[in-house]
Amino acid sequence: MTIETTTVGVLALILIMTLVTLATRFGGVFIMSYVRISPRVESFINTMASSVLIAIIVPMAFAGDAGALAALSVTAVTMLAIKKPLPAIAAGIFAAAFVRYFF
Amino acid sequence: MINTAYSYQFQPGKVRSELIRMFPISLFVVAFGAAFGLAAVQKGLGPLESLLMSTLVFAGASQFAAIDMWGGEVSVIPVMVVVFAINSRHLLMGASLYPMLKDVSPAKRYGLMLLLTDANWAVSAQEYQSGRRNLEVILGGGLVLWLAWIVGTWLGVYFGGLLQDPKSLGMDMVLGCFLLAMALGGKKNPRVLVAWALAAAASLAAWKWLPANTHVVAGALAGGLVGLFWLEKKPVDEDVEEPV
Repeated sequence: MTIETTTVGVLALILIMTLVTLATRFGGVFIMSYVRISPRVESFINTMASSVLIAIIVPMAFAGDAGALAALSVTAVTMLAIKKPLPAIAAGIFAAAFVRYFF
Repeated sequence: MINTAYSYQFQPGKVRSELIRMFPISLFVVAFGAAFGLAAVQKGLGPLESLLMSTLVFAGASQFAAIDMWGGEVSVIPVMVVVFAINSRHLLMGASLYPMLKDVSPAKRYGLMLLLTDANWAVSAQEYQSGRRNLEVILGGGLVLWLAWIVGTWLGVYFGGLLQDPKSLGMDMVLGCFLLAMALGGKKNPRVLVAWALAAAASLAAWKWLPANTHVVAGALAGGLVGLFWLEKKPVDEDVEEPV
């Protein structure tokens, strides 16, 4: 099925994208409202939550260029060393800019 | 357990301070929004259509992917599949907030989810791991990120990209570095580290061998399995328990 990108068509496509995205924003909460939160379930969603970030970042590092890798490694080292997010992020961004300028 | 009264109290002052805390990140979101606005008009979307998409969909990566599939005619099912796959991490993110969300009314609960993005979720989830409950960052942080995304799109639509080459300044890495800082700032114990290792391996495997955009959910679920079978001993001073 295709939609022509006339004004009405574009509005329909935007509406479809909105509904699909809403389903993802609401769906997890909706399903959880039928799940009894036992310690096991809580343990599952807690480790899952911290794994979401890793699952976003690791493929990003592998797919990215040297600058991306530099940004993520410098952020990681700075964050583990001084435990303050903003300097860690700033150092990471600077590392990416530095690597891309010189290499 | 049935809650008749919803125990989570929103503090208006904290909503404001979380809004201000996310302001620096939202400046970068403006730059991404401008890149999206520019890409959208180059693909033939009208200015108002681009703005409407950013306002309603409010999910950057999936908007860029959909715009990539734009043309005189757009195939509906592939767009739906791509948007769903990229945004399916919201399912897990929303579920992970449920221990806090169950203490607010359904209207507020789903209202908050309208503003769910990676950045404000990462803050809330990380604080929850440390025993603090922060739904205010979803509201305050979400609002400022949403406005930044709309303003950025507007700038991009009418004035083009803000920066000649944002990548040369490392701007494309802001969100990645932010999420990494949040992950490393959270609680670390052997159980979490094993979950991370499994999540990293599974997400890489999915990225390499599974259909595109499935790697986040695959990695997160693999990490979650560690928690499912390896329960943590409850600390005595746990303050996230609700009053009986």
